[in-house]
Amino acid sequence: MRKFTKESGLVMPLDRSNVDTDFIIPKQFLKSIKRSGFGVNLFDEHRYMDKGEPGRDNSQRPLNTDFVLNQPRYKGASVLLARENFGCGSSREHAPWALDDYGFRIILAPSYADIFFNNCFKNGILPIVLDKEIIDRLFAKVEAQEGFSLTADLEAQQIELSDGERIPFNVDAFRKDCLINGLDDIGLTLQDADKIKAFEQNWRNTSPWYFGVQG
Amino acid sequence: MTGKTLYDKLWDSHLVTQREDGTALIYIDRQLIHEVTSPQAFEGLRLAGRRPWRADANFATPDHNIPTTREERRQGLEGIRDPISRIQVTTLDENCREFGIFELDMNDERQGIVHVVGPEQGATLPGMTIVCGDSHTSTHGALGALAHGIGTSEVEHVMATQCLMQTKMKNMLIRVDGRLNPGVTAKDIVLAIIGEIGTAGGTGYTIEFGGEAIRSLSIEGRMTVCNMAIEAGARAGLIAVDQTTLDYIKGRPFAPKGEMWEKACTAWREMVSDDTAQFDRVVVIDAAEIIPQVTWGTSPEMVAPITGEIPDPEQQSSPSRRDNMRQALKYMGLTPGMKITDIKLDCIFIGSCTNSRIEDLRAAAAVVKGHKVASTIEMALVVPGSGLVKKQAEAEGLDKIFIEAGLEWREPGCSMCLAMNADQLGAGKHCASTSNRNFEGRQGFGGRTHLVSPAMAAAAAINGHFVDVRDMLLTLDR
Repeated sequence: MRKFTKESGLVMPLDRSNVDTDFIIPKQFLKSIKRSGFGVNLFDEHRYMDKGEPGRDNSQRPLNTDFVLNQPRYKGASVLLARENFGCGSSREHAPWALDDYGFRIILAPSYADIFFNNCFKNGILPIVLDKEIIDRLFAKVEAQEGFSLTADLEAQQIELSDGERIPFNVDAFRKDCLINGLDDIGLTLQDADKIKAFEQNWRNTSPWYFGVQG
Repeated sequence: MTGKTLYDKLWDSHLVTQREDGTALIYIDRQLIHEVTSPQAFEGLRLAGRRPWRADANFATPDHNIPTTREERRQGLEGIRDPISRIQVTTLDENCREFGIFELDMNDERQGIVHVVGPEQGATLPGMTIVCGDSHTSTHGALGALAHGIGTSEVEHVMATQCLMQTKMKNMLIRVDGRLNPGVTAKDIVLAIIGEIGTAGGTGYTIEFGGEAIRSLSIEGRMTVCNMAIEAGARAGLIAVDQTTLDYIKGRPFAPKGEMWEKACTAWREMVSDDTAQFDRVVVIDAAEIIPQVTWGTSPEMVAPITGEIPDPEQQSSPSRRDNMRQALKYMGLTPGMKITDIKLDCIFIGSCTNSRIEDLRAAAAVVKGHKVASTIEMALVVPGSGLVKKQAEAEGLDKIFIEAGLEWREPGCSMCLAMNADQLGAGKHCASTSNRNFEGRQGFGGRTHLVSPAMAAAAAINGHFVDVRDMLLTLDR
């Protein structure tokens, strides 16, 4: 997995709560059997004026110029500033794949849906939880200052603003370790293979009905 | 001493190891697989030269991309017109063959929506841990199993290690006391719950549903409730095991038999929360106060009773909620103060992992029997959840009731719940849907979804607008 230690980038605000995974990447793009190439269809139904289809040339499609992603001042953004319950809905990992493919590395929100939150860490994206008041303040700053950027330092667990302000954040110690070192979850778990085998043998003895096949 | 919740018991019995920071490895008994979220996981295994840890713990069936017209299905894989969809379905077949995984392919009579087929085959058992790359895996909690949706990286992780890396959730109890009134169903219970606690109300929790109204539900009704736990933000929903659970499982193909059945039942009867168990949050709802529910917005929490009106965003104190409601009403083309019964429908969808089981179809058929679909309805689909549900419905003559009333009787699949196949809701069209999500574009680009129970969808089909199904049932009784 790609490492995440310290990253900086332009902030794009998405001022809407309960942004669901259909909003992030509509279902027709889930037909792909690949992990990449979803970035051009990130926020598809809001970013373009027409309905997108996999395999279509997106450069020919009419843009919704009102949508924040299409505003020139946010071109190249890698930090997404969002509202409550971001990423709710389905378990599709295509949502973080699309965000990542577009170039987002950091998300800031007061809360996330559990599955989405978890999926971000598996893909080297850092979703940061901040108090609603801080999020409100950041929305105001982004609005006021064109080119508003920030840095997320995972090691130090803080966000650094250009005016010198430091905002601390919490992150699960294990997930932090995995991100900083770019650890592969499966390889890590297989270090405990003996424990898994021992558990399985015991479980098979005490609850054999879970090991039966169609009878 | 404080007792354990059902969730605590399921967690403890599957705990392989726990790190100091609280991260745990949980052993997974069953992984359900469908074609959309698995190809990248299989590819990951292949690239790393790994094999499944325990191939027989996996169970696959394609559902999301599967066409639902008889003509298309008759042609098998060739009947999937969209080549990209067809590749996804054939990729599942190939992966299951390569890795030795049991699959009910699209031509198998038992194929269907994975969350309908799993319990139907007895592949879902009490006391199990179950995962699937699909958020509606919470459905299986209805049988006293710890079941939740995972992302594709985790699908690969479970294939390779038989474990899921997790931190423990908090415990929430939602107790629905008393009895439901006639015409009020499991779907109305869960929509009312989501209306009460919100779509993020269950985030960070495992929700156990209890109380007299829940215990009185059939297993199918319980599945409807647990199915939408994720719509309340909870990855897993649970219902304690009782005699209803055991009766449902007995004799199913993957269920234990003979002496092992008896032993399993003894263990499964323990799959309840202890009387002295402590929950981090308890929500109490009075079943008698629940009336049929209809969603009017673009989030399942935007819900109102059939006797109600579209609320006014301007009367909301929270600015973010006000903005959300404004956006939702604009998208839905509805105005504040409008009666729910004045919402006109263009389309009816009866199906999905929430409401496509035999009891759902019976409830809908009872309402439409002897009536005709309103002339203003452009499309009315009934999509059974599995081939076996379809067969049972046909044995009972339900297909004829639907067809005579003017609804289309389709083949099993996810269909217009998420519209990955050809079944799509048109832009600007209003659909009374028995599915689980009313997000923008969910059932088709620009489509407008109203979530309801099967009986309410059927009543709307006949009338062309929402009506209180309780009034229709009164007429039927006479």
